[in-house]
This record gives sequence, structure tokens and C-alpha cells, in this order.
Amino acid sequence: MTAPLTRRERMQLDRVTMPERDPGERSASFAEVNLGLTAQAARLEAMRCLECRRPVCIEGCPVGIQIDDFIRHIAAGDIDAAAAVIQEDNLLPAICGRVCPQENQCEGACVLAKKGRPIAIGHLERYVADVARGAGFDRIVTRPHPTGRRIAIIGSGPSGLACAADLAKSGHEVTVFEALHEAGGVLIYGIPEFRLPKEIVAAEIDGLKRLGVGFETNAVVGRTHTLAELRSQFDAVFVGVGAGLPRFLEIAGENLIGVYSANEFLTRVNLMKAYLPDAETPVLDVHGKQVAVFGGGNTAMDGARTARRLGAAGVHVVYRRTEEEMPARREEVRHAREEGIVFDFLAAPTELHGTDGVLTGATLQRMELGEPDDSGRRRPQPIPGATFDLPIDLAIVAIGNGPNPLLLATVPDLERTGRGTIAVDEATGRTSLEGVFAGGDIVTGGATVILAMGAGRRAAASIEDWLRTGVWPLPEPEIEAEPEAAVTR
Amino acid sequence: MYRILSSDPVAPDVRRFRIEAPGVARHHRAGQFVIVRVTADGERIPLTVAAAQPDTGTITLFVQGIGRTTRMLNTLEAGDTLADVVGPLGRPSEIRYYGTAVVVGGGVGTAIAYPVAAALAEAGNDVIAIVGGRSAEYVLLEPELAATGAQVIPCTDDGSYGRRGFVTTVLAEILDHSRIDVVFAAGPIPMMAAVAETTRGHAVPTIASLNPIMVDGTGMCGGCRVSVGGETRFACVDGPEFDAHQVDFELLARRNQAYHDFEQARREDFDRNRPRPAGASR
Repeated sequence: MTAPLTRRERMQLDRVTMPERDPGERSASFAEVNLGLTAQAARLEAMRCLECRRPVCIEGCPVGIQIDDFIRHIAAGDIDAAAAVIQEDNLLPAICGRVCPQENQCEGACVLAKKGRPIAIGHLERYVADVARGAGFDRIVTRPHPTGRRIAIIGSGPSGLACAADLAKSGHEVTVFEALHEAGGVLIYGIPEFRLPKEIVAAEIDGLKRLGVGFETNAVVGRTHTLAELRSQFDAVFVGVGAGLPRFLEIAGENLIGVYSANEFLTRVNLMKAYLPDAETPVLDVHGKQVAVFGGGNTAMDGARTARRLGAAGVHVVYRRTEEEMPARREEVRHAREEGIVFDFLAAPTELHGTDGVLTGATLQRMELGEPDDSGRRRPQPIPGATFDLPIDLAIVAIGNGPNPLLLATVPDLERTGRGTIAVDEATGRTSLEGVFAGGDIVTGGATVILAMGAGRRAAASIEDWLRTGVWPLPEPEIEAEPEAAVTR
Repeated sequence: MYRILSSDPVAPDVRRFRIEAPGVARHHRAGQFVIVRVTADGERIPLTVAAAQPDTGTITLFVQGIGRTTRMLNTLEAGDTLADVVGPLGRPSEIRYYGTAVVVGGGVGTAIAYPVAAALAEAGNDVIAIVGGRSAEYVLLEPELAATGAQVIPCTDDGSYGRRGFVTTVLAEILDHSRIDVVFAAGPIPMMAAVAETTRGHAVPTIASLNPIMVDGTGMCGGCRVSVGGETRFACVDGPEFDAHQVDFELLARRNQAYHDFEQARREDFDRNRPRPAGASR
């Protein structure tokens, strides 16, 4: 073992750089862009950690991973121990290490962030998860003593999986109900292969299965099963169905052939594998064509970069504010730029045009930033008379999702907010119905994978309370304030 | 996996399947559909549920071999399985007492009209079922419809069975001579559009069951959007039934052609490498 570095020596080390696939190669390939750290790079990066007495990075983590502990184990070369620490709080680390916005969370809180060189916690988490998976460490699971309590989880996306993981670890019998034919929710249908390989999602879901979690696919709650049925068969129910109803721009021409919601475009390509040559599911051919993506979140970046990989000649991201306000992760924006994506800031589509029902172009309105709105971001407003045309063959609308009515319409007594999301007590995820909890995008509106996972874990803890005490409702029910719906995930 | 319990040819390129799908069977109501994947790498296609048998946990589907997936499906026999069946999806038909109801089914659309006719009869309506087909062998479900107590009027384009002519000719005659309180239509888009035009002048409420392209069928993708009264609606969660007088059928027809070339190529590929012909014993 190497002698511990002094604080000064640690400060002199450079932050590790994630090796990336070459931009030229990747704009025609769905292979993962970030290649992962080498053992040496990971260990050196771990050695940079100042081992703060009060590790503020943990406060920045929505699921409270003991970051300082696992980093110390990496520095000592004990990856199994690091993996064990992470697994205490997060059973989906290979996913989180890839898609969490660490810059706003753990890394944003890191004391070294002030100097612009925070510890690359996300890269390290991913490294540990990948090594553990490769070594089969993640397959060693001690099944807890069964409690005999049964819990239904509706939706197998990030919040449902995180909730299922915690409850299964406590020995409860957990069944996850998924509407699609494959588990994973947005991790499967939304986030592309090049950012989150599907085999990694499948491996982490397999981990939950080994823990005893049951998955029922093709199960649309509200249709195949009712919430009342589940409530009568299970001791508690967690609703984590996501937002899942794409918003459109509500402008002329939006139903032309060639206009997709980001959900549809990404689902066709990711879940239904339309990018493979022999796919049974089609996606409109973008080879050599011009594509515009409307929106500025991670979903917009995913759509743009996917279109590029399908052979689009030109891809524009059209966003009504400036780069500064764009909710997408910086890394995604940088990757998009490197792949040749063009950004049109301060522009908004006002009309889509077509010939014989097929999209041929968009009219864009030039915008400028005015006074800050409720979200604190400066409100974009049109510059009178400043419009221009953009010839395009495909448009991808990535402006977020509203709450899906499918389940909600069948449970009128489930209280909801003015925005149509499920109203919960924020600390506990308790809804207005006894024994029913909710979390993730169906509560917050479109947000991030890790926020949804945090909500799933809080609900799991609260479900434990409820199973123990049987007391409902809370002493002073407090309905969550409505947060701003960010177009990110 | 969802087991096929029976598979019977009922018309050229049309088969009737009984499939094990207990969750769907338990909750199905008239007007709803399922999404089916034949194989684990297959596409998701919507198919209307013609009948459900909650006691045995089975559903009945009628499948016309139009594209690759439906043709592949029509090669399957009892004992084979489907990779996925999910539902029942969509809002159920609004079944209540209207008075006299006309249900119009064209071709395999009759399989959509049948459960609606049965439910309307059950709710005490007088039901007239106009069942159209190109020729005699394409007229589906006539005895089943008659068994619901409906008055069944078969008609064929070529006059080989029942009345000669289109369903709308018969419908127009009925509208001229009787008081009709509601019309339900299911079938090819031009037929539904023609039914809407026929009833519009008579101001008879008319409902069409739309069949746009879908992927997930749960509201998530928005691919099935249709224009109704100038507003965009999702057929999977807001429909599939809408006020036929408000539907933009031209848009629907156009959007359904979005993947025409791909579909044609895949269908031809399937026909060239057909594993076994429909109806052949294994």
C-alpha cells in the first residue's frame, strides 16, 4: 500500500478526465461515449479526496451515499469494499454513475468545486459499479429474512426501482408492475444506448430480482389491474408511474408526418431498437436529412444525438432561452457540440410547414430575454418582426411531459395538485389514500433520474413506518408546494 | 408468454384467435383494445378485443393479415404463444340506453363493432348491425351479431351476399325511414368517413373507432394523435372512439401512411420467406 499523500500533494493532482469515444466515430455509432476509468486513473482520482471531516458531498447526494467511505476504499485499492458501501444506499450505481447530474449534487458540493476541480465522484461510482459487475461481486446477495408483508410498486422506472430495492432489502415481498414489455421505464425507453447501455440497466434490474423482487410486465395499472385491487392484495402501494404524456408546442403543422415527440422518437429507437438494420419497428429515415429538436433539456440532447447517429446531415437544437438557462447537463451539451449538433438559442418555432402532409420546414421566432419569471430564469420574449425559416425534414418536440391520465383517471379520490400531479406529503410520499404512496415525476413533474430515486427511497422508509405503526394520516398533513417543472431528467 | 388456445380461419387472410390473457379478460369492456407483440423482437401493434371470457381468462381477437406482423400472427396455431399482450387499453365505448342504435362494421372492423353491438343490446337498445364486406366470404360475425338480438343487415360490394353496395347506402335508407339515436362505426377509414358524412345531415350522433399507428398505447409517445374538432387528441388514452363528425379522417389516413415504404418492404420480405402458409397444418 502506498503511503498516504499529504493534503498539499493531493491538491496538486489533476482531476481525472473521462476517456471518450472519438466524436467522428461516435456520430455513427450507438456504442457508449464515455469509456470508463482505468484502475490507475480511478485510484489516483480517489487519492485527491481531502477526506473532509464533514463530507459535504454526501449532503449533495439525493440518496445519501457514504461517498467519503467508498472513495477511501478505492484509494486503498479495495473495490469490493467500495462497492459494498455504495450498495448500502444505492442498488443502481452503474446507472447513477452515468446519468446523475453530479455537477449540481455531490460534485457541486465538494469543497474542491470552488477551484473548479471537484472529485469526479460520478466517474468513480461508475467505475466501482462496473468493476463489481464484471467481477460478479454484485451477484452475491444475502436474502433478508422475509417479513411476510407485500408491497406493490407501480412503474419500473428510477423511483420504482429505488423504492423496490430498499423494501426488498428489508425482507418485504415486492412486486413491480410495468406497463411496457420490458422493465426500466425511462432508463429503457428514453435514455439512449450511447449514454446508458441497456445491458447495464438489465444487470441492475437482475440484481433486484436476485434480491427477490418480482416484476410483472405488460401490466397497466388502471387497466390490467386497478389500484383498488392492488391495494386489497398488498399491504402498501407505491405509485411511480412517471410523467409520461408528452407536451406538444400547440402550433400549426404539428401533426405533419415528420413531427415526433421526443418520447416517440426515442422509444422507437431505444426500446424498439429501430436503429438496428432488421428492426421490426420503423423510424422515419433521417439519412442525409435536416433535423430540428425543440427544447433544451437532456431529452433534447438525447434526441439530437440520436438523430445524428441515424445519419442526419444536420441537427439543430432550437431553444428559446440562452445556453446559460439550458437545463441539459453541461457534459451532454459538450458531447452534442463535438458530434456536430448546431445550437440555435433564443429562437422558438411558431409554425411548421409541409407538403402533402409531410414536414418541410419550421418558422422560428427570434427571442430576447426579459425579466425573470417564477423559476428565476429570465423570461424569453419575441422580438417583433424577427422571424426566419429553417428547412427541416424531421422535428423532435422535447419540451417535457404532463402527468399521464391513464391511472389517475381511474382513481378520482386520489388527491392531486393544480398541475395534475399526485399531491403527497413531501417528506413521506404519502398520498391522500391510506396505504398509497407516490414519488418521482408523477409527483414533481419532469425531473431527473436521481431525484426520482431519492423520492422512491424516502417513500420506502415511509412505507416501513406505516407497516410498523399502521397510523394514517400524518398528524399535520402538509401538501407539497409545486416545484418548477424542469425539462431535464 | 401468452398462449393461443385456438386459431381459426374465418375469411380470406382473416383469423379468429382465442388467447390466454386473464388480466385483460377480467377488465375488458366494449371498445377497448390490446397491444400485441408476436415475437420478443417484434413491433407493438394494437388490436381491438372482439370478446372477453373472464371465466376462462381468455380474449378473442380477429386478425387480418395486412402487414408483416399481422401476417406472421396469422401463421400461428393453437398451442403457439405471443410474446406480449397488454391491455385492455383505451376508453370503453359509452354504453347506455340511446333508443335505436345502428352499428356499422366494415370487413375486420366488424370485430370492433361486435362487442359494441352486444353491449348496446344488453343495455336495452334496439340494435341494427350493418355488416359490410367486399364479397360474401368477408362478411364476419353475422350469426354472433344475430345472437345478441340485433337485426343484422349484411351487404357486399359485389352483391355476392346480402344487399349489394356499400354500408352507407343501407345506412342512408335506414336514416330516411326511421328514427336513429346513435351510430357506431368501425372499419376502413374511407368507410368511417363516409358514415360520418351520411349521418351528418341527419344530425345523428356518430362515433367512430379510430385506428392510428401506435407504439406504447398508454399515452407515452403521442404517435397516435388525431385531430378532433381541431384539437389534438391521443387515440390511445382519449379514444379510440371519437365523435365522427369532428374527426379529421384525411389527416388520419395520411398519418397512417407514414411508414408505407418500410411496411411494404417488410411485408414483401415476410412473404418471400414465409415460414408456413396461413391455415396450413404443422
